[in-house]
Amino acid sequence: MSGIPPFERFYDAHKGEVLAFLRRRAGRDRADDLFQETFLRALHAYGRLEHGEHLRAWVLTIAGNAVVDAARRERPTAELSVEPAGEDERPALEELAPLTDDLPPKERAAVVLRYGYDLDYDTIGAALGSNEQAARQAASAGVRRLRREKEQR
Amino acid sequence: MTAVPTVLDERFRAAAAASGELDVAYDVLDDTPVGRLLVGVSDRGLCRVGFDPEPEAELERLARQFGPRILRAPKALDRVRTELDEYFAGHRHAFDLELDLRATPDFHRRVLEELNRVEYGHTTTYGTLAAQVGAPRAARAVGTVMNRNPLPIVLPCHRVVGANGSLTGYGGGLDRKEWLLRLEGALL
Repeated sequence: MSGIPPFERFYDAHKGEVLAFLRRRAGRDRADDLFQETFLRALHAYGRLEHGEHLRAWVLTIAGNAVVDAARRERPTAELSVEPAGEDERPALEELAPLTDDLPPKERAAVVLRYGYDLDYDTIGAALGSNEQAARQAASAGVRRLRREKEQR
Repeated sequence: MTAVPTVLDERFRAAAAASGELDVAYDVLDDTPVGRLLVGVSDRGLCRVGFDPEPEAELERLARQFGPRILRAPKALDRVRTELDEYFAGHRHAFDLELDLRATPDFHRRVLEELNRVEYGHTTTYGTLAAQVGAPRAARAVGTVMNRNPLPIVLPCHRVVGANGSLTGYGGGLDRKEWLLRLEGALL
């Protein structure tokens, strides 16, 4: 568990940015509830983290998924335009991110966290609010979709 | 950087404490009669009382001992705060708290359990404690155990003095030891 900061430090370092992100994505009112949900999800997964790298990308992904899930709860059939990580908060992986723009949110998040940040599926599952198996499936579905799109071009 | 409103911050901390997912919930008590104290509880009980806390070092240490899910969550410390207040006011003579000593080595734990029998207002000596745990020549080792006591005040290492009655030493400084013994009427 080397390099994983005490949760207090992690929370303190990212809470402002997470709240700003949620306000942009979900509006001021809903951001308050999503703020708590995001950090409770992060807390739930935190004990299983294997290293302390890319925690910012990780928590923004959790926040993005909380937004998507909330939108689904409110309008189950609506087309979703929300993405896991903000356009203006593009994770460091410059090459991968634009390629994955057209993927559905969960697949995109799984692909970026797996291949961009080298996180294990257990951790990704936690970020997506699901589990290891679902994360693995989302990543492989995302990769298959990217291959198909590439072939069609 | 967006400032997180206090109400939102406190709500999350309370929810985190209620979730049962914290390895340690802690708080810093700023104005006790013996100065600043950091207090921490795990799901098993009180796991830390620290004088003059340097939060950075304390949190790292708690994370190493109990796991990384460490959060300041004052709500989880309500009972500890109340019992300490009562003790400092002279109204409480024994703490009624579960203690989590799982991070404490075996010999230390045996000594601390023996220490816990020393009653309010009484003192004992390092040598006596050593004899009580079956290691009569280990007075010096008992001194080390007292110095590393993870739960000072609650586990009353201030009640341990030298064979000649001198205060000897205290992890939190001799002034505090003296204050605590005076509070308990063990020093005039």
